[in-house]
Amino acid sequence: MSFIVPEKDRSLTPGSGDGLESWVGSVEELRGLVSDRALTGETLLLNMGPHHPSTHGVLRLLLELDGEEVVTCLPDIGFLHTGIEKNIESKTYEKAVTLTDRMDYLSPMSNNMVFCSAVEKLVGLDVPPRAQVIRVICLELSRIASHLVWLGTHALDMGAMSVFLYCFREREKILDMFEMLSGQRMMGSYFRPGGVWRDLPADFLPTLEAFLDDFPRRVDDYEKLLTNNPLWIDRTQGIGIVEPEEALALGMTGPTLRGSGVNWDIRKAMPYSGYDQYDFDVPLGEHGDVYDRFYVRILELRESMRIIRQAMKAIPGGPFRSENRKFVPPPRAELGRSMEAVIHHFKLWTEGFSVPDEEVYVAIESPRGEIGCYLHGTGGNKPRRVRFKTPSFMHISALGKLCQGHMIADVVAIIGSVDIVLGDSDR
Amino acid sequence: MGVVSSKLGNLGVVTTTLETAVNWARTGAVWPLLFGLACCAIEMMATQASDYDLSRFGMELNRASPRQSDLIIVAGRVTRKMAPVLRQLYDQMASPKYVISMGDCASCGGVYNNYAIVQGVDEIIPVDVYVAGCPPRPEQLIHGIITLHEKMRGERFTQWIGKDQPA
Repeated sequence: MSFIVPEKDRSLTPGSGDGLESWVGSVEELRGLVSDRALTGETLLLNMGPHHPSTHGVLRLLLELDGEEVVTCLPDIGFLHTGIEKNIESKTYEKAVTLTDRMDYLSPMSNNMVFCSAVEKLVGLDVPPRAQVIRVICLELSRIASHLVWLGTHALDMGAMSVFLYCFREREKILDMFEMLSGQRMMGSYFRPGGVWRDLPADFLPTLEAFLDDFPRRVDDYEKLLTNNPLWIDRTQGIGIVEPEEALALGMTGPTLRGSGVNWDIRKAMPYSGYDQYDFDVPLGEHGDVYDRFYVRILELRESMRIIRQAMKAIPGGPFRSENRKFVPPPRAELGRSMEAVIHHFKLWTEGFSVPDEEVYVAIESPRGEIGCYLHGTGGNKPRRVRFKTPSFMHISALGKLCQGHMIADVVAIIGSVDIVLGDSDR
Repeated sequence: MGVVSSKLGNLGVVTTTLETAVNWARTGAVWPLLFGLACCAIEMMATQASDYDLSRFGMELNRASPRQSDLIIVAGRVTRKMAPVLRQLYDQMASPKYVISMGDCASCGGVYNNYAIVQGVDEIIPVDVYVAGCPPRPEQLIHGIITLHEKMRGERFTQWIGKDQPA
């Protein structure tokens, strides 16, 4: 779909041939996509984005408006298409983990997890119990961090500035913990095929404990600001309703689907990384409107804390990554003693490991929904094809349906409620 | 005179040039464009939020319209589809205007040397300060902003003219 723009962009040198001047189009191209009334000028075509403060990145919406009412909403994506899937085809499996971080940049750990799980499944690599528990802690912390950004920006779009400042204050604490683990605030690449990069540092668990002691009070604060706020309720209840069957048909997953009352959570349905050992609830909405999706995520913040508390108590001893030297590098200390360790180390960091010529699909529950990785090996050290099935893509394609018949100010509320990340959808 | 000296105390008189005074004032109120692309935009938001608090530099006011802003922080990877949009936004800003290229992708393409990504935003707009990192820490962005302030303080009025020409 390449509908487009009011007029030719004149600021670029024409004919430079670098593909930067393809922004031409006419209303005629939109025939069939918008109602015929738009072609005669009876309704107004409005371009929202790709530079707009409330589109959560570089999403472009073409809105057909009858007065203030949205008749058609056509999302246009690809402004952040990075070619990550293609780039991975020329990287060894260890190196590709770094690229997956940058897809869904609000929860890099989930991307790491789905890619590493796919590799592990394809080569039959076991992850030690300690690594699995560490992964669960990290995944749930990412879920909290991601939901905090969602809550802050969603509220900011609706005019509540202070929530944003509070949310980012707590998020900084989580980022500090990630930095403790991996040396980087956001793009840690902490998960590796076969486990995690290194063991938990000594001061990690006390910091986490302090965070968990403090955080429930903070969630109460957010709720005090929003949950019963009459303005918030007016802006969110009854807006962007999606029925359960419709939500499934649109391919929605995650909290956006559960806001409509569908009980589907991959952590429960197809447990991975030992999620079946933890006792937690899956919050469900009733009406499927913006408010329910908001409240489901608020409850998920609390459920994530429950999971982390249980995981902290249950961290087993043992190695933090697999002992299989064909896939996981030997510890530094071994290099001085064992010739075999030197060979393994050399082979892994020059050539990487080989993956059979087979295909696999793995899905996990990211903060936004089901993120899946389809991986096809070649028998060599680089993948033939990697394909990610990302939740934001599905949710953006549902925007047209969700926005129909609502006021233009509600579009902002709806975009916020489905929690899209453009890096996730465009890759 | 008695009234003036009693009001001013022993402060006396400060002499300066118009340029210095204007530049000093401008550094305290650089309004950035509300413009985020990818991962770096999240770190940019973190810089504006509680812990790092960009309002210490008079930058808490992000303008959504390019007509009202002095600075564009290109935070993230610029794709070929986004490049014309970015150029148009830059053209719409009023001079004197500044560009901070935040992160490796905006500065040089970063790890993405492929068909989709513009290999450095300086191919389409002139850049004043490059901030390295993937993504840069908020401290690094603040360092970039302070570097920009230094540059602004040393500017002459005549340099404002022609600043919006393509590099």
